[in-house]
Amino acid sequence: MASSDQLKQHTISLSVENHFGTLNRIAGLFAAKGYNIDSLTVGETEDAAISRMTIVTRGDDQIIEQILKQLNKLIDTIKVVDLTDEAFVDRELALVKVQCTPLTRMEIMQISEIFRTKVVDVSAKTLTIEATGSQLKVDAIINMLKPFGIKELARTGRVAIKREFQSESQ
Amino acid sequence: MLRKSYKEQKQKKEITGFEIFIRCLAAEGVDVIFGYPGASIVGIHDVLYDIEHKNKVKKEIEGTINNNRRNNAMTPTKVYDNHQGKTMTGAEIFVRSLVEEGVETLFGYPGGVVIGIHDVLHDLTHIKHILTRHEQGATHAAEGYAKATGKPGVVLVTSGPGATNTVTGIADAYMDSVPLVVFTGQVITDLIGNDAFQEVDIVGITRPITKHNFLIKDIKDLANTVKAAFYIATTGRPGPVLVDLPKDVLAAKAVFDYPKTISIRTYNPVVEGNSKQIKKAAELLSTSKRPLLYTGGGVISSNASAEVRALADKLHAPITTTLHGLGAYPEQSKLALGMLGMHGTWYSNMAVDQCDVLVAIGARFDDRVTGKVEEFAKNAKKIHIDIDPSAISKNVPVDVPIVGDVKRVLKQLNELVKPLDTKEWLKTIDTWKTEHPLRYKHDDSLRAQYIIHKLGEITDGDAVVVSDVGQSQMWTAQFFKWKHPRTQITSGGLGTMGFSLPASMGAAFGRKDLPVICITGDGGMQMNIQELATISHNKLPIKIFIMNNGYLGMVRQWQEFFWKKRYASTPISSPDFVKVAEAYGIPAKRVTSSAEVEEAIHDALAHKEGPMLVEFIVVKEENVYPMIPAGQTVAEIIESPEPLKQSHASHKTMIHAKG
Ligand SMILES: Cc1ncc(C[n+]2csc(CCOP(=O)(O)OP(=O)(O)O)c2C)c(N)n1
Ligand SMILES: [Mg+2]
Repeated sequence: MASSDQLKQHTISLSVENHFGTLNRIAGLFAAKGYNIDSLTVGETEDAAISRMTIVTRGDDQIIEQILKQLNKLIDTIKVVDLTDEAFVDRELALVKVQCTPLTRMEIMQISEIFRTKVVDVSAKTLTIEATGSQLKVDAIINMLKPFGIKELARTGRVAIKREFQSESQ
Repeated sequence: MLRKSYKEQKQKKEITGFEIFIRCLAAEGVDVIFGYPGASIVGIHDVLYDIEHKNKVKKEIEGTINNNRRNNAMTPTKVYDNHQGKTMTGAEIFVRSLVEEGVETLFGYPGGVVIGIHDVLHDLTHIKHILTRHEQGATHAAEGYAKATGKPGVVLVTSGPGATNTVTGIADAYMDSVPLVVFTGQVITDLIGNDAFQEVDIVGITRPITKHNFLIKDIKDLANTVKAAFYIATTGRPGPVLVDLPKDVLAAKAVFDYPKTISIRTYNPVVEGNSKQIKKAAELLSTSKRPLLYTGGGVISSNASAEVRALADKLHAPITTTLHGLGAYPEQSKLALGMLGMHGTWYSNMAVDQCDVLVAIGARFDDRVTGKVEEFAKNAKKIHIDIDPSAISKNVPVDVPIVGDVKRVLKQLNELVKPLDTKEWLKTIDTWKTEHPLRYKHDDSLRAQYIIHKLGEITDGDAVVVSDVGQSQMWTAQFFKWKHPRTQITSGGLGTMGFSLPASMGAAFGRKDLPVICITGDGGMQMNIQELATISHNKLPIKIFIMNNGYLGMVRQWQEFFWKKRYASTPISSPDFVKVAEAYGIPAKRVTSSAEVEEAIHDALAHKEGPMLVEFIVVKEENVYPMIPAGQTVAEIIESPEPLKQSHASHKTMIHAKG
């Protein structure tokens, strides 16, 4: 068997009834069936009765097929879409608190600028940077900041939505 | 002593997980373990066996069974008026909702938070509340009722321990797709989450074992939720639904307005099969020389026996069924191969291996059926018809999936298929049937196989047979000849010992047209023995046949085959079942030799006024054959060691051999 990080990552978007216990039901399904969750985010949508979840998971085709079917089978599920093979926009957000000295502060701010991220908090010894973007971009800036010493890191899971504009390269 | 015996052992030696587990317990200072063996933990008991034999530690204390003798005589008195549009309490809304759903029988047990409901039931003629002697009994009774009638089984219990006692039955119903609606009382909404007296998060506990569940927080949602619960439990792939009813919701008042219909935007089971797929299936079948139908419980729950019979007969295709499929097709017919899988017939498993097109109908490729999945029906193209999309290609990839209600799909498929020439194939199967029949040794000593074989002959299949779990269950599946759907009732998916006695109660409440027979082992009998009181009180004409072999026989068989005959924790003692039955007011007798069997069965069947118990003292160490060891293939099948001539061949084969 392929180890879990070799398996293809899938981004699944699902809309569910905003009922009591729905998140638990879905997380419980993944736990009970032994499916991986790389990340799971949940939030309200334009309709307060509906929540959108974005689940990033891994598995071979058969497992992904089962995951989609099992999610569909839950009574509270409205719609399940595997975005992986479609065009979609996805974002993650990270707040990175980096150590700094008067000497390194400018350098860190330059890196932040290059990545088009924002400095959202400053103190004598730290800078906090807000990074949004694809997982790749967020990984990249975190790597760039590591040498300075990351004091704290808070990172969201992925949110994703299907892209309507189809560019030619897509 | 467990501790002492293992304390000085070396830490580094490589040992099995079973032993590591026991050592961990010993390290924690555990001296006594209360338990019950099972196939998945035989290895642990095997380790314990060592300890017991070296130190004579009494490791297991068998739980005593607490019989509750309180009687419940609720005599309904008043005439019914549906009260639509009137203002009433939640308890009354609840009960009247059940009446609107056509519920006639409710299995349950009262308690603090549901007193109000029982108070309403007290005056109502339309629903009969059956007071079981344990909430587990209530859930299995409801399952038996549902399986025997096709109607949902309904359970009402109190909060806390009442609710947790239903968990096994709910899990059982989930595994076997039984439509069940379980209502649990709950503490008042303000106290939820406070660890209040008899509070338990039953919705959380049962989330993974229900098709869906609800906690009602507002009386305005009560009627709609009851409607939704019945709708979800009985449509699509059926299953258990739990509704948690806080006491304050039951005490609040609202106008009773029961919805006539309900639609849930997120729940629309597909019932109509895709006609392109059905056409593909028919085309694939038209090329087949060695077709095989493999039918499961879905055929029974979709009431599709007639359609399955039509398909098999039109195609001249042999048919094998799962444990839950038994009864869909008359077992004495030429095309019937009986059950497949671990303890299935030799020829059904061989047919699976050799067929070129396999049509799985309302079956789910369970591991007890497939053995090693990669090898299962490896020469066949596969068609799979099932209402549950997630059952398709879950364990075994299929070529033509058809999602839909089995009955509707088969109706369409039957129009499209053409008769096949299967003469050669059936001839091969005939030879297999004569060379490898189900068989057992027959002499003066008493064997369960013979009893069940005779029971099949005497009733001619006109009975509802409810079996427990273990060897007696497999022999029942093998040697009884079923004729009708919904007459084979057992716990398949979960394999719950103690299922049969309460389930036979439910069946007896639901079916008055056929005798109800409960076949159980000595172990299983002691797991819900308290229900003898319910049976006796309600004068249910159930025939209880105990196959007493002094062992947890099925586990003992595994120990014989795979654990060097070390019978750890499987010898089991029993009370004098005849005296126990008599204490409950149930006539009983004991049978010890094969010569007495026929008369005993006739006598029991003739006793129509009430229950009767027969304890059969059977051979202690007998095995279920054939057996394909877990995860293996038909090539590894272990056949009965009995030579063909001296043994009693199964009626299925004998009838077939006669023509
Ligand atoms: C509740 C429960 N506990 C344990 C098991 C494991 N188990 C499967 S069969 C069996 C033995 C059953 O013994 P008995 O009822 O005497 O029937 P027999 O096999 O002897 O016919 C056991 C312990 C089970 N299926 N269910
Ligand atoms: Mg036994």
